[in-house]
Amino acid sequence: MATIVSYTARPRRLMHAVLLAFAVLIGVGSYALVGLGRFDELPPNLLEYGIGAALLAVVLQVAVMWRAPYTDPVILPLVVLLNLLGMALIKSVHAANQIYGLRSSATAERQMLWAVLGVGLCVAVIVLLRDHRHLRRYTWISAVAGGVLLLLPLLPGIGDSRNGSRIWISIAGNSFQPAELAKIAFALFFAGYLVSRRDTLALAGPKVLGIHLPRWSDFGPILVAWGFAMAVLVFQTDLGTSLMFFGLFVVMLYVATDRLSWLVIGAVMFLPPAVFAATQMSHVRTRITCWLDPLSGANYGGCEQINQGLFGLANGGITGAGLGEGRPDVVPHAESDFIFTSFAEELGMVGAFALLLLYLLLVQRAIRAAVGISDGFGTLLAGGLGFAMALQVFVVVGGVTRVIPLTGLTLPFLAAGGSSLVCNWIIAGILVRLSDAARRPAARQVDGPGAAPAARTSPEVMA
Amino acid sequence: MNKPLRHVWLVVSVLFVLLFTSTTYFQVVAQGRLNAHGQNLRTTYNEYGRHRGPIVVDGEAIASSTASEDTYGFLRGYDPGAMYAPVTGYYSVVYGFSGIERSLNDTLSGEADALFYHRISDILSGKQGRGATVELTLDSGAQKAAWDALDGKRGAAVALDPETGAVLAMVSAPSYDPNDLATHDTGAAQQSWSALNDDPERPLTNRAIGGDLYPPGSAFKLVVASAALESGEYTSDSVIPGPGSFELPNSSSVMNNFSGGRTEPCGPDDESTLAEALRQSCNTSFAELGIAVGEDDLTATAEEFGFGQRLEIPLAVTPSTIGSDLDDAQLATTSIGQYEDRVSPLQMAMVAGAFANDGVVMEPQLVGAVRTSDLSTVSELSPKELGQPLSASNAAQMRQMMVGVVENGTGTAAAIDGVEVGGKTGTAEWGEDRAAHSWYVGYGQKDDQKIAVAVVVEEGGYGSRTAAPIARDVMKAVIDR
Repeated sequence: MATIVSYTARPRRLMHAVLLAFAVLIGVGSYALVGLGRFDELPPNLLEYGIGAALLAVVLQVAVMWRAPYTDPVILPLVVLLNLLGMALIKSVHAANQIYGLRSSATAERQMLWAVLGVGLCVAVIVLLRDHRHLRRYTWISAVAGGVLLLLPLLPGIGDSRNGSRIWISIAGNSFQPAELAKIAFALFFAGYLVSRRDTLALAGPKVLGIHLPRWSDFGPILVAWGFAMAVLVFQTDLGTSLMFFGLFVVMLYVATDRLSWLVIGAVMFLPPAVFAATQMSHVRTRITCWLDPLSGANYGGCEQINQGLFGLANGGITGAGLGEGRPDVVPHAESDFIFTSFAEELGMVGAFALLLLYLLLVQRAIRAAVGISDGFGTLLAGGLGFAMALQVFVVVGGVTRVIPLTGLTLPFLAAGGSSLVCNWIIAGILVRLSDAARRPAARQVDGPGAAPAARTSPEVMA
Repeated sequence: MNKPLRHVWLVVSVLFVLLFTSTTYFQVVAQGRLNAHGQNLRTTYNEYGRHRGPIVVDGEAIASSTASEDTYGFLRGYDPGAMYAPVTGYYSVVYGFSGIERSLNDTLSGEADALFYHRISDILSGKQGRGATVELTLDSGAQKAAWDALDGKRGAAVALDPETGAVLAMVSAPSYDPNDLATHDTGAAQQSWSALNDDPERPLTNRAIGGDLYPPGSAFKLVVASAALESGEYTSDSVIPGPGSFELPNSSSVMNNFSGGRTEPCGPDDESTLAEALRQSCNTSFAELGIAVGEDDLTATAEEFGFGQRLEIPLAVTPSTIGSDLDDAQLATTSIGQYEDRVSPLQMAMVAGAFANDGVVMEPQLVGAVRTSDLSTVSELSPKELGQPLSASNAAQMRQMMVGVVENGTGTAAAIDGVEVGGKTGTAEWGEDRAAHSWYVGYGQKDDQKIAVAVVVEEGGYGSRTAAPIARDVMKAVIDR
């Protein structure tokens, strides 16, 4: 089951620093270019911005050198680059709105504040979480926390409905999307739960038509997860979040048990609600129409946003309009839900490919960490978080490029929005910790065939 | 747990391949279709968001862009609007563009190939790209004189520098205010647009070059006379028959020598010299002369003058025509500027210009120079010969005859003291019970300053009364400056 990892573990701290510097340089440079493109002058706060970004990078570097020296040298530079590129784009959209006055959008300054908070939490995770296995203690607490967070927007008084989806809470004027935090909680819960049940889930149960079916008693938690996903779908009318949670669960289940039957069961279980949503919920129906045929005369008005996004993609072409030279302001939510089309408009297909590759690389590093790590909990957590990120990118980018119907998720690290950014920075912190564990020489034990790493290397008390 | 992780990675890879594919599709494959989509505002914004170069006449910008603080970025403004509108055209966010705005769009927007290095240097120096300046050949004085003289009438006036082909005046009346169409208030633009299109006087038409062509009437006799001289069988002193009326060959129709049914002969014994026939504008003389010259020679001379050619100055000019496959009766009426003769005022100005330029027709051009925003010259007018319908000596005979017309014939209203003025009037009948179109075609010359003009006033009656004074005003404006 486990394979031999044949590389020499080295801290790679210098590489980490060089890549971070590179990311800051590109990120701050793109911010300067946006100013030149929109106003023909460098942004007045460029110096502060550059110093701020460099300072945060230094803090991250120090934290990594101090507490996670063996961490993958690519993860944090990727995250920093994505975050800085996102802020340049948010700045571009905001400036375009200022100049042309079609609508208003979030400022880059606000996003900077969130980024500072996010980096702070990331550093806190790296520094305070000495060993990821500690997290396993909180398996069931995470479950409860995740459930509460997910259902919070449904509470009258603090729940807030936008664009047909009830996925926000707003307390004292500050709004927050709790689903992002719930994602982390659920990933922790799934990892902890599955690692202790994987053998029974994998082996026990009747075999029907060559497929191992789970026992009824093992089915309970799965039904609960399914129930939550359905609740999100039906009461919050948010297909994207619901798809992500259920996808996350099913994939982690598959990784834990190596049973294809779980994927099949998961897919089958998600079909009825998807069909229900597509046929019964008008706002999902509109989105499916806009997915299939947004440009026809009859549908054009209702699919304005996705059409403007497509026009943006076309305007970008291969090489793009240039940073600060596009017109993303004609797309509603160009700085959040549609930041991918803004990015692709200004940086072209070349830039869009580069962006997708950045995400792919990040996901790959997460799965690499999952492979390298020696305990089942860590493997599941890293694999789950990596897959969740990939799925989120797919749902968002696929939504705006008409691979799948549009749903309301945001691009990790890139899109404007505090809750998403802060939570993704926490995930980045966890990934740093996980990859450090995966690459640390002491952890590089070679497992014999059939050995269960979780049983051997997790002295933690089962929650 | 590595095998399922590999499968997860495989799934992730497949998902991303889908994203790469869809991105490529919309950014490359479907790009053209999406950019051409009728409701794609970005195409409009890209077009209208540029800092467009001005159109300049005599150093003054008559069309320029100013920052507009709205979604389009820049507003195109015209000052004065209507006087130059047939040349500048309009630049509308709703209805696209016309005139020079259209013909030289690439230059004005800065996208022309000739501006490539300028664009690069703008990019390198971090300056906002700016379109090139287009300087027109128009003379503001001549334009103003023609505009004022045509005020309240329907018609057109064109003035050329015969030696270079530079268009000195191009007026079409009635005109319109291009600011009404360039406005970013799309509702107001739509209203103006439908009002202009519903207007029976068709103010959007540039009558000087692009409208329905006009029958030239007697002004066409200049072309017939040129063909006759070029045939070598006639001089200005040749005596030609000019009876009081002429029965058209193979036809029962009778052509009177003068309009209004007057049938005085052109001279004693029903004959006169060519010069005398032109001075009096005798119909029968030129009908018979045209038949004698023949369709082939007449067509050849007309083509040398520019008839039948698709000119772009850079505005597209509707080609003038004298018709084809004419029998003698048709040739006779053609020779006095009726039947299928259809000309643009610009074409008639070119005819006049040839006489003032020793028989050579220069290609008419509207653009004097193109300069970048930092005033370096991209291109300048270079005179081009278009044709030579007659020899220099025949051109001199034509001038002599035309001076006779102005000094002592139908064109006296065009005379200017101290200036050699030669011309020909025309009164073109074009419809039952409608007043005739009034023409004047001629040139003025003083020292080295030359000018050729053509004026048409729709339903203006006698050319001698309506068109000739307008031509005089325009020539005076150029020669007196």
